[in-house]
Amino acid sequence: MTATDLGMPGSSRRTPAPPAGRLIDSPPFPVAAKQYLADSQLRANLHHATSTIRAKRARVTAELPNWEQLRLAGEAVKDRVARHLDYYLEELEQNLTANGAHVHWAADAAEANQIVVDLVRAKGVDEVVKVKSMVTQEIELNEALEAAGIAAWETDLAELIVQLGHDRPSHILVPAIHRNRAEVREIFLREMKLYGRAAPDSLDDEPRHLAAAARQHLRDKFLRAKVGISGANFMVAETGTLVVVESEGNGRMCLTLPETLISVTGIEKVIPTAADLEVFLQLLPRSSTGERMNPYTSMWSGVRPGDGPQEVHVVLVDNGRSRVLADPIGRKALRCIRCSACMNICPVYERVGGHAYGSVYPGPIGAILTPQLRGTAAAIDRSLPFASTLCGACAEVCPVRIPIPDLLVHLRHRVVDERKRSHLGLEQALMKGGGWVMASGPRFGLLERAGGLVQRVTGREAVGPLPWPASLWTRARDLPLPPEQTFRQWWRANRDPLCHPERSEGSLRDDEATTVTSVTSASAEAAAE
Amino acid sequence: MMSESRTTVALFATCINDVMFPDTPKATVLLLERLGCRVEFPEAQSCCGQMFTNTGYYKEALGSVRSFVTAFAGYDYIVSPSPSCLGSVREQHPMLAEWAGDKGLWREVEAVVARSYELTEFLVDVLGLTDVGAYFPHKVTYHPTCHSLRVAKIGDRPQRLLRQVKGLTLVPLPDAEQCCGFGGTFSLKNPDVSTSMAAEKARNVTSTGAEYLVTDNPCRLNIGGVLARSKSGIKTIHLAEVLAETEGGAR
Ligand code: SF4
Repeated sequence: MTATDLGMPGSSRRTPAPPAGRLIDSPPFPVAAKQYLADSQLRANLHHATSTIRAKRARVTAELPNWEQLRLAGEAVKDRVARHLDYYLEELEQNLTANGAHVHWAADAAEANQIVVDLVRAKGVDEVVKVKSMVTQEIELNEALEAAGIAAWETDLAELIVQLGHDRPSHILVPAIHRNRAEVREIFLREMKLYGRAAPDSLDDEPRHLAAAARQHLRDKFLRAKVGISGANFMVAETGTLVVVESEGNGRMCLTLPETLISVTGIEKVIPTAADLEVFLQLLPRSSTGERMNPYTSMWSGVRPGDGPQEVHVVLVDNGRSRVLADPIGRKALRCIRCSACMNICPVYERVGGHAYGSVYPGPIGAILTPQLRGTAAAIDRSLPFASTLCGACAEVCPVRIPIPDLLVHLRHRVVDERKRSHLGLEQALMKGGGWVMASGPRFGLLERAGGLVQRVTGREAVGPLPWPASLWTRARDLPLPPEQTFRQWWRANRDPLCHPERSEGSLRDDEATTVTSVTSASAEAAAE
Repeated sequence: MMSESRTTVALFATCINDVMFPDTPKATVLLLERLGCRVEFPEAQSCCGQMFTNTGYYKEALGSVRSFVTAFAGYDYIVSPSPSCLGSVREQHPMLAEWAGDKGLWREVEAVVARSYELTEFLVDVLGLTDVGAYFPHKVTYHPTCHSLRVAKIGDRPQRLLRQVKGLTLVPLPDAEQCCGFGGTFSLKNPDVSTSMAAEKARNVTSTGAEYLVTDNPCRLNIGGVLARSKSGIKTIHLAEVLAETEGGAR
């Protein structure tokens, strides 16, 4: 690798280069998942981290007698915002402006990035400090700034680890969840000196010492910075207030030290009134870090001479959100407050980690949000709605009650529908034939009799490894063969005379019977291929 | 037990039970009859359509919705031993009728859904029983399936019934509420993640030292497949089959 690849100072880059390639070009989920599953270190890290945080969340949510009411309230507020988004955004703009902020509207990532680049350039600086923010990752702001010769420094500890590690976040709350302390130490020793204050040579992998090294490294950047860039967890329309919730105090520094603050925020982050914060400031910390209250809640409600940023810009980003809003089912994903409880509880996420999702939003929320924001043209985005067993654990913990499994099914339907229009595959043929058979009890009964033959012919009760596609099942599991007599046959032989024959739909017409046989043989052929 | 006017129950056997696990609906018939019900099996029934719905094939699932209302209209008690299929009827059939824009079908669906019960709901809530007079002298552990917990929402009724079975020892399953990784077509579309989850579930089951794993049949296919491959010696069984066992008719 050359110095340019690594983003060394002296090369054209100012900050460490992230991995090459675009997220949207990631391989489909099952392919990536297989690769990450094989990484036992990653799985151990993830298991440890997610099970710890799961237990904490369970404890602190159980102690509130009104937890369910809070969730219902959160859902109701977010749904009201979705229904009247235009109204609340206008109110927000008015009140932000009255408070002395400049409001900018960005239809997509390119527009948002251009606005920020222009604002930073206008200040005549070539570096900014950043508070961890999902939307700036979504629009790839850091790379846009880099391309404009502006260095964006991440100041959240885990984001710093990711940035210095030439890496991508794999979790929305704990972006470096896939790294262990030994790796963090190596990254700090190797990279910090290239981008600012070096880590002490004596650095060991004690979390305390690692945090101290980060603090030293970042301090210079905080004190130097003229521009801070943040997102917002909430924006209050009624008061024109920006709310940032965090744990490390780096956010507080970015929001108060630099003269200029640029807050880049998704349009769905608006809430109607300050009173609504009562709900969300209880829901968010308990769901995300498992704390009763987060350590730092910063609220900006106006420019005050001599105190905090003197120039404030708010960039309101759409980037696909109004398209999501147009779908009354899909829009429920916009309720998300990015707490990460769904990924911490997800057994699929726990095994494969965030990178397998090919998106800045991993886990269950990523699986329902990314294919809506980016569309379903890319292979990864078409595979995401299927990256779940539909076990429903995510919906049970989601603080704003997003019915994640329902949305997954909704998006599966969208993907299948789009594919149906473009070409006909084996799966569709099987589903179509199967759907026709299952639409009628008698047809199904006839198919069953054909199936019974298999068992009689082979004379076995279960099978071990089989060729593809059955191998997908049988390489790790036995497959029992159906018993000789189906229930329907048993019923006819043992109970039928007792019941009411007039209730049955009647026998098959001859032509139907013929079709059932051909469906059966078609499926058998398909399976044999 | 039930008295003079016998309750008539329409059995929704479900397609997977019909073909792969006929002992489960058979046991349901025997159990309900033993408790004084008259059981009917409307032959027009086929399947809940869940495999189609959950894979995104709504149109293909609609036939199942129609056959379900045709088969079960007119019954006061529709009972199924499968929480997963019953959950699909409850949660997805109205959604599919709405998607199809078929108001009439939606009304019919709502009417049958209101009269549909998962077996343990019927036993505990309608018949008012937790002791069904069963005898099963074995050590068992119970895996509550995700759909029984979070879709059909049958709660702890299965455990309450199991605790009243004579001779039965119920041992807790570690991480019981964690998914076994089956997920219908997930097991084929994401086979690697699925088998990793199934293996962990099987490890937890083995750690209990139980002779039997009691669970619903889709998950039984999955976990049972791993238990069988590893020659663990642990047998799998459906709750209805446990409850149908009586002293004298020992397994
Ligand atoms: S979907 Fe729900 S649980 Fe997941 S991050 Fe968003 S708010 Fe949290």
